[in-house]
Amino acid sequence: MSSGMSHSASDTTVRKTSSSNGRTVAESGVQISNIWKAGDNVSQESKVQIAARALHKKYHKGSNVIPVLRGVDIEIREGEFLAIVGQSGCGKSTLLHLLGTLDRPDEGEIYLADNRIDNLSAGARDRLRNETFGLIFQFYHLLPEFAALGNVLLPLMIRHGLFGYLRQRHAFRERAKDLLDKVQLGHRLKHKPCELSGGEMQRTAIARALVNRPKVLLADEPTGNLDRAAGQEIIGILRNLNTTENLTIVMVTHDENIAQQADRTVRLVEGRIE
Amino acid sequence: MYKLILCWRYLQTRYIALASVISVTLGVATLIVVNSVMSGFTHEMQYRIHGILSDLVFDGHGLEGFSDSRWHMERIRKIVGDDLQAMTPTVHVPAMLNYRVGQRWVHRQVNFIGIDVETYAQVSDCANYLQHFQNRVKPSFQLREGGYDLHDRELGEESPYRHGMEMAGWPHRRRLAADEKAWLAAQKKNAPQLAVPQQVGRADPFSGINTPLRAAESEEGVVQKWGPVSKSQVYDKATQQETGVIIGYALAQVLGHEGDHYFLVLPGDDVKLTFPTAGTPPKAVSGSFTVVDFYQSKMSEYDSAFVFAPIAKLQEMRGMIDPTTGIANVNSIQIKLREGVNLEAVRDKLRAAFPPELYAISTWRDKQGPLLAAVQMETAILNILLFLIIAVAGFGILAIFFMIVVEKTKDIGILKSLGASGSGVMTIFLAYGLLLGSVGSGAGLVLGLLIVRNIDSVRRGVEWVSGQPVFDPSIYYFQQIPTLVDPQMIAWVIAGAMAIAVIASVLPALRAARLHPVEALRYE
Repeated sequence: MSSGMSHSASDTTVRKTSSSNGRTVAESGVQISNIWKAGDNVSQESKVQIAARALHKKYHKGSNVIPVLRGVDIEIREGEFLAIVGQSGCGKSTLLHLLGTLDRPDEGEIYLADNRIDNLSAGARDRLRNETFGLIFQFYHLLPEFAALGNVLLPLMIRHGLFGYLRQRHAFRERAKDLLDKVQLGHRLKHKPCELSGGEMQRTAIARALVNRPKVLLADEPTGNLDRAAGQEIIGILRNLNTTENLTIVMVTHDENIAQQADRTVRLVEGRIE
Repeated sequence: MYKLILCWRYLQTRYIALASVISVTLGVATLIVVNSVMSGFTHEMQYRIHGILSDLVFDGHGLEGFSDSRWHMERIRKIVGDDLQAMTPTVHVPAMLNYRVGQRWVHRQVNFIGIDVETYAQVSDCANYLQHFQNRVKPSFQLREGGYDLHDRELGEESPYRHGMEMAGWPHRRRLAADEKAWLAAQKKNAPQLAVPQQVGRADPFSGINTPLRAAESEEGVVQKWGPVSKSQVYDKATQQETGVIIGYALAQVLGHEGDHYFLVLPGDDVKLTFPTAGTPPKAVSGSFTVVDFYQSKMSEYDSAFVFAPIAKLQEMRGMIDPTTGIANVNSIQIKLREGVNLEAVRDKLRAAFPPELYAISTWRDKQGPLLAAVQMETAILNILLFLIIAVAGFGILAIFFMIVVEKTKDIGILKSLGASGSGVMTIFLAYGLLLGSVGSGAGLVLGLLIVRNIDSVRRGVEWVSGQPVFDPSIYYFQQIPTLVDPQMIAWVIAGAMAIAVIASVLPALRAARLHPVEALRYE
C-alpha cells in the first residue's frame, strides 16, 4: 500500500506530461473531476460505468452444454473498486471476459456508460479493449519476445499505425518508462519476461494495462499466482490507482483477504450473483 | 508496428522456420543455375547456328534449282533495299562421301554445298570454323603447306591432341605420293604383269573449265597456275591437287583411347564424292576431290554433314550450266542483312514478292526451329519441375507455420486481448511468410549466382567427388559451361518463390486470425 502511495506524486507528473503531449485532458477528465470522490465512499450519485443485464453464457464441451453464467446482473460505478469472488468454476472469469468484450454473451446486454457494447462489431470491440479497458491476468500474459518496456508499449503499437507510432515514439517511450517507474520497475526496462519474477511480471502487466489510459481496469486473479507479499504489493498498486486516479477497477479473485481490500465485493455462486 | 517487430523477432528466434526456408533457397538457386546454363547453351547454340546459316535463306524447291542467280539477286536487292549487306548463291545437293581407310572404302552421307568462297564468307562466319589460320583470314580451296591447328583453337592446349594434323597439308600429300610410288615400284618388281599404274598419266579432270581455284602450291611453295593442261602432262600427286573440298570435322575425326583425336582423312588426302546430276531422272556422278581443310562449327549436326566445294565445279559436274547462254542454276541464295534489321519483316516482304510454289524463303531461326523449340520446351519443363520443388518447400513452410501458430496461440490471445484485430494478427504471419520467402530466395539468389559464376569449379568439385566426368568438353565442345544470367528470369524466379512462401502462410495466418481470444489465452 505504502509503495503505491509514495508514487502518487509521480502519477500527477505523468498526467501533466501526457497532456502537454497534445492529448486532451478531457479524455481522462472524468477521473480527474471525480478524484476526491474516490475511495470507500463511492457516492450513489456517481454514474454507472458498466452495467450488465441478465447475462447468460454456456460452454460447449463436445455434446455437453455447460451453463456458466445464468442471468447475471451487475452494475459498476465510476471510480469503484469492485471485487468479484467465488469458487473456481463459478464463472467469475467468464463474467470478466464478457465485461472486457473478450467474449460475447449468449443472452443479455452489457452497457458501457449507457452504450451497449456486447453487440458491437469485432473491430469496435478490439478498439474498446485497446483504449477503454485495461486487462490484467493471473498468468501475466506478457509476450516473451519483448522486454518489459516493449510489452508496455504494445497497446500503443496496436493503437497507432506504423507511422503514427514512429512519429510519437519518443513520447510513448517516456510514458511507458514513467509507468514502469511508477510500478518500481524503472531499472528493468530491458529485461525479458523470463528474466523477471512473478511480481515484476504482474507489475509490468499493470503498466501495460494503463499505458492507453483506460477507463476501466479488469483484473483476473491478479494475485493468484503470487506469494502473499507480492500479491499484497499488486493490490496496493491497484488500490492506489483507484484512490489517486479514480480508476474503475473490477477484480476477480477467490481469495477473501484480497477481496476485502476492495470497495465492494460481489459473490458469484453457480453462475448467479448472490 | 508490433507486427513488424514480432515477425522480425520470430525470424530471429525460430530457427526451425529458417530450416524450412532452406528448400526455398535451394529451389531458387537451382532454378537460377539451370536457367542460366540453359540460356547460356541456347545463346551459344544460336550464335553458332547463326554463324553457319546466313540471316535469310532463299531456296528454290528441288535439286535442279532456279536459273540466273544474278537476276534473282538484283530483284532481292531491290526489294530489301538498304537493309541488305551481302548475298551469295549456293548449290546444295545430297551426296555420298567416299574415302579409303586402309583397304576399305568408307561411305558417308553428306550435304554437299557449292559455295563462292569470297562472297560466302561475307554472309556467314564459316571462315572462323576452319582449322588453318590462313583459311580463317581468307578461306580458299587450295591445299596449304602446313600449319593446321594441333589443338582446338578455342579450348587451347588442354584439349585433345589431334594426331596427324602436324603433317596435314602438302607434307602429308607428298608422303602419300612417295608411298604410292614406292608401292608401285615394288609391285613392278615383284609382279610386273600386275603393275598397272592407276594415277600416273591421268588427265587433268577439270581441263574443260578455267577457274581461279585451279592453282596449286608446288613443293617450293610457288603458286602455279594450272591452266588447261594437255593430256600428255603427267598428273603428279606430290605437286598437284584435285579440286579442293572442306569437309566437316566429325566426318573425319575419331576418338583415340585417351580421348585424343585421330583422323580417317587428313587435309591432303583425296576423297570421292558421289552426287546426283541436275537432269531428269538424276544420274549419279562421282568426282575426285582433295580435302584442304576441316570445318568445325561445334554443332555436330553440321560438322558431320557439311562438305563445301567451289560452286562452279559443282555446277559444271551436275550439269547446271545452260550450254547456250552459259548461265548456271543455283539452289539457293544466302542473304545477310544489316545488324538489327527485323529478319521476319524482310522475310515476309520477300515472301510477298516471290511465289511460294517456286521459292521457300526462311530465316535461320525458321531453319533451326525444331531444335530451338526443343531446347525451349526442355527449359520450360525444367522450370515447372523446379517450381514444384519450391512448392514442396511451400508445404514445409505451411506445416512449420501451423506449428508456430499453435506454439504462439497464447501470444495471439494476448495480442487480441490488448486490442489487436484479426487482420493485424494475420498480417504478422503473412509478413513473416514474406520475410522468410525473401530471406530464402535472397540466399538462393546469392547461392545461385555464386554457382553460376564459379560453375566450372563446381563442376570440377563434383567430378572430383563423384569420380565421373560431369561435363566433357570434347562432347559439348565448350571449354566452360556457357552461362547467361537474365535479370528478368531472376526477377520471375524470386517473385515466384516469394509468392509461394506467402501463399503457404495464408492458411496458418487465417487460423491465427480466427483464434478466439479467450480460448487462446486459456491454451496451455
